[in-house]
Amino acid sequence: MTDIDWSKPRLRATGIRKNYDERVVLGGVDLEVYPGQIVALIGSSGSGKSTLLRCLNLIEQIDDGQIWLEDQDISAPEVDQDLVRQEIGLVFQSFNLFAHLSILDNITLALRHVQGKSKEEAESIALRWLDRIGLADKSHSYPDKLSGGQQQRTAIVRAVALNPKLLLLDEVTSALDPELVGEVLELIRDLKQSGTTIVMATHELSFARDVADWVIFLDKGVIAEEGEAVEFFRNPREARTKEFLARLSGR
Amino acid sequence: MTQTQSEYEPSAIEHARRSFRIQRKRKSTLVAIASTLLFSLVVAIGLVSTPGWERVTESFFNIEVGIEAFPRILEGIWLNLRVLFFTTISVVVFGLLLALLRTLRNPVFFPLRLFAHGYVDFFRGLPLIIVLYIVGFGIPGLRLEWLGRIPVEVLGTVALTLTYSAYVSEVFRAGIESIHPSQRLAARSLGLSYGKSMRLVVLPQAIRRVAPPLMNDFVALQKDVGLISVLGAIDAVRGAQIEVATYANFTPYVLAGILFVLLAIPTVRFTDRISAKLAQREQSGSAL
Repeated sequence: MTDIDWSKPRLRATGIRKNYDERVVLGGVDLEVYPGQIVALIGSSGSGKSTLLRCLNLIEQIDDGQIWLEDQDISAPEVDQDLVRQEIGLVFQSFNLFAHLSILDNITLALRHVQGKSKEEAESIALRWLDRIGLADKSHSYPDKLSGGQQQRTAIVRAVALNPKLLLLDEVTSALDPELVGEVLELIRDLKQSGTTIVMATHELSFARDVADWVIFLDKGVIAEEGEAVEFFRNPREARTKEFLARLSGR
Repeated sequence: MTQTQSEYEPSAIEHARRSFRIQRKRKSTLVAIASTLLFSLVVAIGLVSTPGWERVTESFFNIEVGIEAFPRILEGIWLNLRVLFFTTISVVVFGLLLALLRTLRNPVFFPLRLFAHGYVDFFRGLPLIIVLYIVGFGIPGLRLEWLGRIPVEVLGTVALTLTYSAYVSEVFRAGIESIHPSQRLAARSLGLSYGKSMRLVVLPQAIRRVAPPLMNDFVALQKDVGLISVLGAIDAVRGAQIEVATYANFTPYVLAGILFVLLAIPTVRFTDRISAKLAQREQSGSAL
């Protein structure tokens, strides 16, 4: 386990609001993520978990509030969003690998065309990562030839290869067959060991309890309860939290 | 060690099924051959027995006239080929440009988007032959001295490009819009700009997907280059027309037609191959 540096947050968000027309999806969310920390976002479908992650990556424009990445206010309108996005990796539930590119080229694309690395340098970085997740022999395969678990691990590696300051994982195991979930969770555990800072929306409660340092329970676009992971699951205070946990574990 | 498929001996039932399938296939092949022969025979007898058949063969399939007219028509089709070459290149460039203009969402680009929209509507509606007349006789009519005398084949290329860019841009646009937004989202989330995600992620997939309809438009273009003859360019059609007037015989037209078909066949076959390959890639494993 890496030690968490509590002195200065890697990411700080205050009063994040997001509406779709009249519907309030996020009703003022505050969030602090410290270097090396893993924050788990839990909550039922439609509670705003995915929207929050998309707002943090600036894929969605927030309707109020502020977001800081270290010392930079990334919610300021004059910010170069493309520059910010390579610092904040986002991985999707549906993998979204580039269908026309090999596994290797999926990973090297942003290394070369966003970070301006040479082809050789980008490929050596990509191959190091593929080796780490045991997919080096698949580097020239296309995404549709890989299992869901292999695709999702590639998608995660595609994001972390850019060496982002923060990694956002949006229900990365929800679209997988049950027997493929384990290999993806294993990779996330591995990333935590090497000090990656992660915010993950998840339905895997036992995994959240094992790996997360901090758990946030979102309900109808606001934080209903949050706390240190082990304590949160052992002693939920709010009735809503208890009900949600009971419903999920009762499945 | 499991047995390989070649070592495996199928059961009696499977053997029976296989021989039944082979027999059925043989039978349908025979039926197809027989019906083709019969159909050709009926058409041939029907044609030959018409009262004017002899005169038609004389004026449309006259071998001597064909040999006499051949050099001029061949020279003409070479002009058609050159015009086709340059038109294809400019149609791809302008078609893609128009398609990209129409996908721009920033309000700043509203005039450009409006222009592209209007252009595509206008030139898809306007008959090609009218475009040819307007460009072919209108532009020289402006008497722009600094341009000098523009060769008719250049004017023809411009007119064909104007019309075909409109069609091809719609094919490109359909391709771009068929790529799932999540692909662009993934590209943007990695920090790629709008332009780069378009160029590196969306367009390569879009072009691959629309290759078959795109090739279809180029097959159509291949024969429409013959229309530049209305401007007076001595292409295969115009060359044939001259020979028809010389010999008072229609064989040169037939000859030019055959040359155009021969020209189209490689492109058509190529298109079929691409379509088949794409279909195979997209539904690998399923037989239906």
